[in-house]
Amino acid sequence: MPLNRALVGRSYDPGPPFDVSRQKIREFAAAIGDEAPVYADLELARALGHRDIPAPPTFGSVVSLQMGQGPRRDPRLGLDYSRVVHGEQRIEGSRPIYAGDTLVGEVTIASIRNAGGNELLEILCALATEAGEPVCRVTSVLVSRGTAPGSDRG
Amino acid sequence: MAEGRRSAAAVGIGDRIGPRGFELDRARLVRYAGAALDFNSIHWSDQAAERAGLPEVIAHGMLTMALAGRLVTDWAGDPGAVEDFSTRFSGMVPVGVEGPAMVVVEGTVTELLDGGRVVVELTVEAGRSAVLKAARAVVNLAPSSPGI
Repeated sequence: MPLNRALVGRSYDPGPPFDVSRQKIREFAAAIGDEAPVYADLELARALGHRDIPAPPTFGSVVSLQMGQGPRRDPRLGLDYSRVVHGEQRIEGSRPIYAGDTLVGEVTIASIRNAGGNELLEILCALATEAGEPVCRVTSVLVSRGTAPGSDRG
Repeated sequence: MAEGRRSAAAVGIGDRIGPRGFELDRARLVRYAGAALDFNSIHWSDQAAERAGLPEVIAHGMLTMALAGRLVTDWAGDPGAVEDFSTRFSGMVPVGVEGPAMVVVEGTVTELLDGGRVVVELTVEAGRSAVLKAARAVVNLAPSSPGI
Protein backbone atom coordinates (compact mmCIF):
# COMPACT_ATOMS: atom_id res chain seq x y z
CA MET A 1 0.00 0.00 0.00
CA PRO A 2 1.29 3.47 -0.82
CA LEU A 3 1.91 5.81 2.11
CA ASN A 4 -0.92 8.21 2.95
CA ARG A 5 0.14 11.49 1.39
CA ALA A 6 -2.67 13.39 3.08
CA LEU A 7 -0.37 13.41 6.12
CA VAL A 8 2.35 15.52 4.43
CA GLY A 9 2.75 18.68 6.46
CA ARG A 10 1.29 17.12 9.58
CA SER A 11 3.05 17.74 12.89
CA TYR A 12 3.44 15.08 15.59
CA ASP A 13 3.84 15.05 19.34
CA PRO A 14 7.61 14.72 19.96
CA GLY A 15 7.10 13.28 23.44
CA PRO A 16 8.99 14.53 26.49
CA PRO A 17 11.99 16.88 26.31
CA PHE A 18 15.40 15.22 25.89
CA ASP A 19 17.82 16.04 28.70
CA VAL A 20 21.39 15.93 27.39
CA SER A 21 23.85 15.00 30.13
CA ARG A 22 27.64 14.98 30.09
CA GLN A 23 27.39 11.27 30.83
CA LYS A 24 25.18 10.67 27.76
CA ILE A 25 27.59 12.53 25.49
CA ARG A 26 30.56 10.55 26.85
CA GLU A 27 28.60 7.33 26.38
CA PHE A 28 27.70 8.21 22.78
CA ALA A 29 31.25 9.30 21.90
CA ALA A 30 32.60 6.05 23.34
CA ALA A 31 30.02 4.07 21.36
CA ILE A 32 31.29 5.54 18.08
CA GLY A 33 34.86 4.92 19.24
CA ASP A 34 35.66 8.62 19.47
CA GLU A 35 38.36 9.17 22.10
CA ALA A 36 38.73 12.92 21.58
CA PRO A 37 39.40 14.37 25.05
CA VAL A 38 36.90 17.22 24.59
CA TYR A 39 34.02 14.83 25.36
CA ALA A 40 35.33 14.32 28.89
CA ASP A 41 37.21 17.54 29.65
CA LEU A 42 35.09 20.58 30.47
CA GLU A 43 38.08 22.91 30.68
CA LEU A 44 39.18 21.87 27.19
CA ALA A 45 35.66 22.35 25.88
CA ARG A 46 35.59 25.87 27.33
CA ALA A 47 39.04 26.60 25.89
CA LEU A 48 37.58 25.75 22.47
CA GLY A 49 34.84 28.32 23.04
CA HIS A 50 32.05 25.99 24.14
CA ARG A 51 29.67 26.63 27.01
CA ASP A 52 29.78 22.96 28.04
CA ILE A 53 30.75 19.54 26.64
CA PRO A 54 29.72 19.42 22.95
CA ALA A 55 28.14 16.33 21.39
CA PRO A 56 29.45 14.65 18.22
CA PRO A 57 27.77 16.03 15.08
CA THR A 58 25.46 13.05 14.54
CA PHE A 59 24.06 13.14 18.08
CA GLY A 60 21.11 15.22 16.88
CA SER A 61 19.92 12.12 15.05
CA VAL A 62 19.73 10.23 18.34
CA VAL A 63 17.38 12.86 19.70
CA SER A 64 15.35 13.03 16.49
CA LEU A 65 14.88 9.25 16.46
CA GLN A 66 13.33 9.44 19.92
CA MET A 67 11.12 12.40 19.04
CA GLY A 68 10.21 11.13 15.58
CA GLN A 69 8.37 7.97 16.63
CA GLY A 70 4.98 9.61 16.01
CA PRO A 71 5.01 9.45 12.22
CA ARG A 72 6.87 6.13 12.20
CA ARG A 73 4.10 4.53 14.28
CA ASP A 74 1.07 6.40 12.89
CA PRO A 75 -1.25 3.67 11.55
CA ARG A 76 -2.85 6.18 9.18
CA LEU A 77 0.51 6.62 7.41
CA GLY A 78 0.80 2.90 6.68
CA LEU A 79 4.56 2.56 7.06
CA ASP A 80 5.57 -1.12 7.12
CA TYR A 81 8.86 -1.18 9.02
CA SER A 82 9.91 -4.50 7.48
CA ARG A 83 10.15 -2.61 4.16
CA VAL A 84 12.03 0.38 5.54
CA VAL A 85 15.68 1.25 5.08
CA HIS A 86 17.40 4.49 6.01
CA GLY A 87 17.82 6.58 2.85
CA GLU A 88 19.30 9.93 3.74
CA GLN A 89 20.25 11.98 6.79
CA ARG A 90 21.11 15.59 7.34
CA ILE A 91 21.96 17.50 10.54
CA GLU A 92 22.10 21.28 10.17
CA GLY A 93 23.27 22.92 13.36
CA SER A 94 22.64 26.45 14.50
CA ARG A 95 25.06 25.44 17.24
CA PRO A 96 26.37 22.19 18.71
CA ILE A 97 24.24 20.23 21.14
CA TYR A 98 25.69 20.79 24.62
CA ALA A 99 25.54 18.89 27.88
CA GLY A 100 22.93 20.64 29.99
CA ASP A 101 20.57 21.23 27.06
CA THR A 102 16.96 20.29 27.55
CA LEU A 103 15.79 19.84 23.98
CA VAL A 104 12.29 20.10 22.62
CA GLY A 105 11.32 19.22 19.06
CA GLU A 106 8.90 20.01 16.28
CA VAL A 107 8.31 16.87 14.24
CA THR A 108 6.74 17.09 10.78
CA ILE A 109 6.25 14.89 7.75
CA ALA A 110 8.00 17.18 5.25
CA SER A 111 7.37 15.20 2.06
CA ILE A 112 6.54 11.85 0.52
CA ARG A 113 7.79 11.26 -3.01
CA ASN A 114 8.36 8.44 -5.45
CA ALA A 115 11.77 7.04 -6.34
CA GLY A 116 11.27 4.26 -8.84
CA GLY A 117 9.05 1.70 -7.16
CA ASN A 118 9.92 3.03 -3.72
CA GLU A 119 8.61 5.93 -1.70
CA LEU A 120 10.80 8.38 0.19
CA LEU A 121 9.35 9.60 3.49
CA GLU A 122 11.02 12.77 4.74
CA ILE A 123 10.68 13.49 8.46
CA LEU A 124 11.91 16.82 9.79
CA CYS A 125 12.75 17.30 13.47
CA ALA A 126 13.62 20.86 14.47
CA LEU A 127 15.36 20.90 17.86
CA ALA A 128 15.51 23.88 20.19
CA THR A 129 16.07 24.48 23.87
CA GLU A 130 13.10 24.84 26.17
CA ALA A 131 13.90 28.57 26.20
CA GLY A 132 13.38 28.67 22.43
CA GLU A 133 16.99 28.83 21.24
CA PRO A 134 17.30 26.99 17.89
CA VAL A 135 19.85 24.15 18.05
CA CYS A 136 19.60 22.01 14.91
CA ARG A 137 17.36 20.67 12.17
CA VAL A 138 17.51 16.93 11.59
CA THR A 139 16.13 15.57 8.32
CA SER A 140 15.64 11.82 8.01
CA VAL A 141 14.58 10.19 4.75
CA LEU A 142 13.21 6.66 5.09
CA VAL A 143 12.88 4.45 2.02
CA SER A 144 9.63 2.49 1.92
CA ARG A 145 10.57 -0.26 -0.49
CA GLY A 146 8.14 -1.20 -3.23
CA THR A 147 5.17 0.87 -2.06
CA ALA A 148 5.07 3.59 -4.73
CA PRO A 149 1.61 3.94 -6.30
CA GLY A 150 1.35 1.58 -9.26
CA SER A 151 4.38 -0.44 -8.15
CA ASP A 152 3.99 -4.23 -8.39
CA ARG A 153 4.65 -4.66 -4.68
CA GLY A 154 2.66 -1.60 -3.64
CA MET B 1 42.70 17.87 19.70
CA ALA B 2 44.23 19.96 22.45
CA GLU B 3 45.70 22.29 19.84
CA GLY B 4 42.24 23.65 19.14
CA ARG B 5 40.40 24.28 15.94
CA ARG B 6 42.33 24.06 12.66
CA SER B 7 42.95 27.38 10.95
CA ALA B 8 41.13 28.01 7.68
CA ALA B 9 44.19 29.92 6.45
CA ALA B 10 46.14 26.69 6.05
CA VAL B 11 43.38 24.84 4.18
CA GLY B 12 42.98 24.77 0.39
CA ILE B 13 40.77 23.18 -2.21
CA GLY B 14 41.94 19.65 -2.94
CA ASP B 15 43.38 19.02 0.52
CA ARG B 16 42.99 15.34 1.42
CA ILE B 17 41.92 14.00 4.79
CA GLY B 18 42.72 10.37 5.49
CA PRO B 19 42.10 7.74 4.28
CA ARG B 20 41.41 6.14 7.62
CA GLY B 21 40.04 2.70 8.37
CA PHE B 22 37.55 1.93 11.12
CA GLU B 23 36.80 -1.60 12.32
CA LEU B 24 33.22 -2.52 13.16
CA ASP B 25 32.43 -5.69 15.06
CA ARG B 26 29.27 -7.04 16.68
CA ALA B 27 30.20 -5.64 20.07
CA ARG B 28 30.46 -2.18 18.52
CA LEU B 29 26.99 -2.51 17.00
CA VAL B 30 25.46 -3.55 20.32
CA ARG B 31 27.20 -0.70 22.09
CA TYR B 32 26.00 1.78 19.45
CA ALA B 33 22.44 0.46 19.67
CA GLY B 34 22.42 1.14 23.38
CA ALA B 35 23.99 4.59 23.24
CA ALA B 36 21.89 5.73 20.25
CA LEU B 37 18.69 4.12 21.57
CA ASP B 38 18.27 2.38 18.21
CA PHE B 39 17.27 -1.20 18.94
CA ASN B 40 16.24 -2.31 15.45
CA SER B 41 17.03 -6.03 15.66
CA ILE B 42 18.59 -6.25 12.17
CA HIS B 43 21.65 -4.66 13.81
CA TRP B 44 22.20 -7.42 16.36
CA SER B 45 20.17 -10.54 15.48
CA ASP B 46 21.06 -12.80 12.55
CA GLN B 47 17.54 -14.22 12.63
CA ALA B 48 16.01 -10.75 12.35
CA ALA B 49 18.42 -9.82 9.57
CA GLU B 50 17.51 -12.99 7.69
CA ARG B 51 13.78 -12.30 8.04
CA ALA B 52 14.42 -8.86 6.52
CA GLY B 53 16.13 -10.47 3.54
CA LEU B 54 19.66 -9.51 4.58
CA PRO B 55 22.67 -11.85 4.39
CA GLU B 56 23.60 -11.09 8.00
CA VAL B 57 23.54 -8.35 10.62
CA ILE B 58 24.30 -4.90 9.17
CA ALA B 59 25.72 -1.81 10.85
CA HIS B 60 23.45 1.13 11.65
CA GLY B 61 23.68 3.69 8.85
CA MET B 62 24.04 6.35 11.52
CA LEU B 63 27.04 4.52 13.00
CA THR B 64 28.74 4.56 9.59
CA MET B 65 27.92 8.26 9.28
CA ALA B 66 29.35 8.86 12.76
CA LEU B 67 32.66 7.24 11.68
CA ALA B 68 32.79 9.63 8.72
CA GLY B 69 32.13 12.40 11.23
CA ARG B 70 35.10 11.31 13.33
CA LEU B 71 37.45 11.83 10.39
CA VAL B 72 36.10 15.38 10.03
CA THR B 73 36.02 16.35 13.70
CA ASP B 74 39.53 15.01 14.35
CA TRP B 75 40.79 16.98 11.35
CA ALA B 76 38.94 20.13 12.39
CA GLY B 77 40.15 19.81 15.99
CA ASP B 78 36.70 20.51 17.40
CA PRO B 79 33.44 18.53 17.12
CA GLY B 80 31.57 21.83 17.32
CA ALA B 81 33.08 22.90 13.99
CA VAL B 82 30.67 20.81 11.89
CA GLU B 83 27.70 23.00 10.96
CA ASP B 84 25.98 20.87 8.37
CA PHE B 85 26.47 17.14 7.80
CA SER B 86 24.50 15.14 5.25
CA THR B 87 24.63 11.86 3.37
CA ARG B 88 22.71 9.31 1.39
CA PHE B 89 22.94 5.68 2.48
CA SER B 90 23.83 3.73 -0.65
CA GLY B 91 25.08 0.40 0.65
CA MET B 92 25.06 -1.85 3.68
CA VAL B 93 27.95 -2.79 5.95
CA PRO B 94 27.52 -6.49 6.83
CA VAL B 95 29.14 -7.34 10.16
CA GLY B 96 29.78 -11.06 10.57
CA VAL B 97 30.47 -12.99 13.75
CA GLU B 98 33.88 -14.20 12.60
CA GLY B 99 35.64 -10.84 12.37
CA PRO B 100 35.23 -7.10 12.08
CA ALA B 101 34.15 -5.24 8.95
CA MET B 102 36.39 -2.43 7.76
CA VAL B 103 34.97 0.96 6.83
CA VAL B 104 37.36 3.28 5.00
CA VAL B 105 36.72 7.02 5.08
CA GLU B 106 38.49 9.66 3.02
CA GLY B 107 37.75 13.37 2.74
CA THR B 108 38.58 16.11 0.26
CA VAL B 109 38.19 19.85 0.71
CA THR B 110 36.08 20.90 -2.27
CA GLU B 111 34.95 24.47 -1.51
CA LEU B 112 36.07 27.45 0.52
CA LEU B 113 33.08 29.44 1.79
CA ASP B 114 32.92 32.77 3.58
CA GLY B 115 33.68 33.18 7.26
CA GLY B 116 36.34 30.46 7.44
CA ARG B 117 33.92 27.73 6.48
CA VAL B 118 34.93 24.91 4.12
CA VAL B 119 33.13 22.02 2.44
CA VAL B 120 34.53 18.53 2.93
CA GLU B 121 33.22 15.76 0.67
CA LEU B 122 33.67 12.24 1.94
CA THR B 123 33.95 8.82 0.37
CA VAL B 124 32.98 5.97 2.67
CA GLU B 125 33.56 2.39 1.53
CA ALA B 126 33.20 -1.10 2.92
CA GLY B 127 34.41 -4.07 0.91
CA ARG B 128 35.44 -1.63 -1.83
CA SER B 129 31.90 -0.45 -2.49
CA ALA B 130 30.47 2.90 -1.47
CA VAL B 131 28.19 2.69 1.58
CA LEU B 132 27.63 6.44 1.85
CA LYS B 133 27.10 8.70 -1.16
CA ALA B 134 27.10 12.48 -1.40
CA ALA B 135 28.49 12.60 2.14
CA ARG B 136 29.28 16.25 2.80
CA ALA B 137 30.20 18.35 5.79
CA VAL B 138 30.32 22.13 6.11
CA VAL B 139 33.07 22.82 8.64
CA ASN B 140 33.56 26.17 10.34
CA LEU B 141 37.30 26.61 10.86
CA ALA B 142 37.04 30.10 12.33
CA PRO B 143 37.65 30.15 16.06
CA SER B 144 34.42 30.36 18.01
CA SER B 145 34.11 33.07 20.63
CA PRO B 146 33.96 31.89 24.24
CA GLY B 147 30.65 32.00 25.97
CA ILE B 148 28.34 31.75 22.96
